[in-house]
Amino acid sequence: MAKMHLELRVNKKEVEALAEPRLLLIHLLREQLGITGPHIGCDTSHCGACTVDMNGKSVKSCTVFAVQAQGADIITIEGLVDGDGSLHPLQEAFREHHGLQCGFCTPGMITRAYRLLQENPNPSETEIRHGIAGNLCRCTGYLTIVRAIRAAAERMNGAGEAAE
Amino acid sequence: MTSEIESSQARTQKLEGLGTRRKRVEDIRFTQGKGNYVDDLKFPGMLFGGFVRSPYGHARVKSINKEAAIKLPGVKAVLTAEDLKPLKLHWMPTLAGDVQAVLADEKVLFQGQEVAFVVAEDRYIAADAVDLIEVDYEELPALVDPTRSMAGDAPVLRDDLKDKTSGAHGPRKHHNHVFTWEVGDAAGTARALAQAAVVAKEQIVYQRVHPCPLETCGCVASMNKVDGHLTLWGTFQAPHAVRTVASLISGIPEHKIRIVSPDIGGGFGNKVGVYPGYICAIVASIVLGVPVKWVEDRMENLQATAFARDYHMTGEIAASPDGRITGLRCHVLADHGAFDACADPTKYPAGFFSICTGSYDIPVAHVTVDGVYTNKAPGGVAYRCSFRVTEASYFIERMIDVLARKLAIDPAEIRRRNLIRKEQFPYRSALGWEYDSGDYVTALDKSLAAVDYASLRDEQRRNREAFARGETRRLMGIGVSFFTEIVGAGPIKNCDILGLGMFDSCEIRVHPTGSAIARLGTVSQGQGHATTFAQILASEIGIPAENITIEEGDTVTAPYGLGTYGSRSTPVAGAATAMAGRKIRAKAQMIAAYLLEVHDDDLEWDVDRFRVKGVPEMSKTMTELAFAAYNNVPPGMEPGLEAVSYYDPPNMTYPFGAYVCVVDIDIDTGVTEIRRFYALDDCGTRINPMIIEGQVHGGLTEALAIAMGQEMDYDEYGNLKNASLLDFFLPTAVETPSWETDYTTTPSPHHPIGAKGVGESPNVGGVSAFSNAVNDAFAHLGLTHTAMPHDHWRVWKTAQSLGLAAG
Repeated sequence: MAKMHLELRVNKKEVEALAEPRLLLIHLLREQLGITGPHIGCDTSHCGACTVDMNGKSVKSCTVFAVQAQGADIITIEGLVDGDGSLHPLQEAFREHHGLQCGFCTPGMITRAYRLLQENPNPSETEIRHGIAGNLCRCTGYLTIVRAIRAAAERMNGAGEAAE
Repeated sequence: MTSEIESSQARTQKLEGLGTRRKRVEDIRFTQGKGNYVDDLKFPGMLFGGFVRSPYGHARVKSINKEAAIKLPGVKAVLTAEDLKPLKLHWMPTLAGDVQAVLADEKVLFQGQEVAFVVAEDRYIAADAVDLIEVDYEELPALVDPTRSMAGDAPVLRDDLKDKTSGAHGPRKHHNHVFTWEVGDAAGTARALAQAAVVAKEQIVYQRVHPCPLETCGCVASMNKVDGHLTLWGTFQAPHAVRTVASLISGIPEHKIRIVSPDIGGGFGNKVGVYPGYICAIVASIVLGVPVKWVEDRMENLQATAFARDYHMTGEIAASPDGRITGLRCHVLADHGAFDACADPTKYPAGFFSICTGSYDIPVAHVTVDGVYTNKAPGGVAYRCSFRVTEASYFIERMIDVLARKLAIDPAEIRRRNLIRKEQFPYRSALGWEYDSGDYVTALDKSLAAVDYASLRDEQRRNREAFARGETRRLMGIGVSFFTEIVGAGPIKNCDILGLGMFDSCEIRVHPTGSAIARLGTVSQGQGHATTFAQILASEIGIPAENITIEEGDTVTAPYGLGTYGSRSTPVAGAATAMAGRKIRAKAQMIAAYLLEVHDDDLEWDVDRFRVKGVPEMSKTMTELAFAAYNNVPPGMEPGLEAVSYYDPPNMTYPFGAYVCVVDIDIDTGVTEIRRFYALDDCGTRINPMIIEGQVHGGLTEALAIAMGQEMDYDEYGNLKNASLLDFFLPTAVETPSWETDYTTTPSPHHPIGAKGVGESPNVGGVSAFSNAVNDAFAHLGLTHTAMPHDHWRVWKTAQSLGLAAG
């Protein structure tokens, strides 16, 4: 099958790739670009383990063709770590509040939460629960994830106020 | 004391040992997307495998045409049973003493069964090739309902067994019969039932469900043709057992096989077994000489690997008029699917189902289990429970509620009257188990007080009155469950899998500068072993947990162990860790005595050092002793500071707990809201409370899924109708309530640190609490039992059947 030439931005870096039209974005990321943080859990866009941020929206990269990402700006869990190696408040809060166990849903969950907190910087518990309803976790029972996201929001809001 | 030595308390805190809410070391990489799961592995030249699977529940395979597939560019091989026959690998032994087709041999026996294995350059080409393979089937009548398995006219499912009158677990009485297992006093129980003032009888079905971890099963097989070594990376909950099985099946000597479990994305029992994908990947790698990866997709996972439960239980419970249980009888019809691939200890074809007398002092009991074949997937795994313990707990916890209704005694009160008393431990149950320790009444009372049970019942009474007056269309239900688990399999004298005793192990090396590495025979799948086992060791040998690396899952480096399932890691490998730590400490003590020029007996252990009794300033820290072990040991002593322990537990452990669930049901829609769920767990000594709470939350959420929505829904032809996450219920954050956790602590008397294990308790106790709550909501209307799962449709149907439909 003829391959298409793609240019996109992944985790703040310009990348080029050749992709068959049927190649899924998750496979481009995982197998061609070596970005294995996002996982495949269901193939049907229900579990959210493959969630990445594309042009400012959470997408399930198992249900997006790589060619649809032509010119896109993509952020994965790997891209949430700062250049100096410091972690995003969400990454720290998930550890602090035991918001993960096996870790398989975690990259998608944190990436979704990253976008949620930009859509709604101060979400209530109910808003968080609805905001992550597209991401399944089989280990934690969500309570600690909700707490982690809430704590990260508070920290980010506090930091914002302190900077003003 | 004003010496420069820090207080014991300050030094204890630095260790982050037992009882500390230590943050998990695993999370640093997981939160950055730097986990290393099997599908993350990539090797030069690696190929991808994919299966052609049966669309039918039962059919004869007339022919397989693989010509078009083989011609497809990028396809390297297509394997069928015919290709595996010369290697005698077209069938494989199961953990339960049966055999299972690796690739369909003349017949397919369940939808999704493996028929051919394609190997190609990438997964897209493999999928194309799967589509190009033409299989000609002759459809046969499917047998889906286990109650029909042993009918006279039931079709023969297993041609390979049809004339065999006995199997791995004794006589077979029908061509679709697997085994009969019996335990207890048949005559005594019959007498108790005949003489009882009251007997309650109920049919209780625990539906077929699936563990469905977020990561599916998979592996990469790599045969090095130069040196004859096979390496197999995969989602294995028991890598050493896989190595032994792989050696026995393939004929490759065991020392030339290396099994590695990388990070595992949840197991819950799904990843204990050996699946055809592993065998096919190995064969393909041997044939092609390059690494071959196989990772199932979600539909394959739900269709083919490891269902759980499917127990059809008939119970009779006898009691005096005041609710004292005098006898219990249970017959189970166990649907094992097309091959008996249960993961149970060899001598227990129905697992530890005989824990079904639960937490109650029942004088006599009798259990029989008949396993049967059907045209469904094999499995029967312990889905987040010890072997068949969830089924047993659900059975007794529903039966005691049914009895309570019959006697008009409150469900909490009837439990209290029958709970085994603290002074009865160690307690020998009617079905032969020796419960190690418990304080059940305290746990029940604490839980009832915590939820203000009396007020809840008052509120329910008012709710029912208001409902009767037509003022509300919601009914309130209160579910109580009290469970006893049996975990930590197990003593070699009665527990083995394929002849391998179910001990576990830990090997410790203390480095000269006072840090250490410990390796275990278990495998974490999210339980946080790298965090908690370091805590056990920190308390035992006085080295801070942060200076102890825990490694698992690589058979080249880890000592032999039976793996992680059945809540056995803390009871067995955790015990081995403590015992190996004590060997380290004993040697360190001798070195300390030598350095301090005193007798061993003149020393006492003080958190992280040995000190001379009465002269506390004379001491040697573990860091000092570690270095001395490498350069200044007593004459005649070997240098170094290492130890290994292979721990054969003297008994199982028996965690227990009391759960209360409150639901509000909208009877016009069947929507059931979990208003409150309170869980009190007693898992003995608590190693890391944060991780314990996390395990309880997770187990309760899986219990919620099972009780309120999960069912593997087969139609009469053997089609699995809900083999994707669109239809198979996994709760989201929206349906999942905020859990309340609590605890009591009753240490296990036989475990070195008194720990009992906790990961599975919430699933075992949780399912019945949810189900009891739903049943309780309708109890005043005469309902005694309605089957799980209590999804909206079924709850609405129940309301309809009770005449509550909207006018």
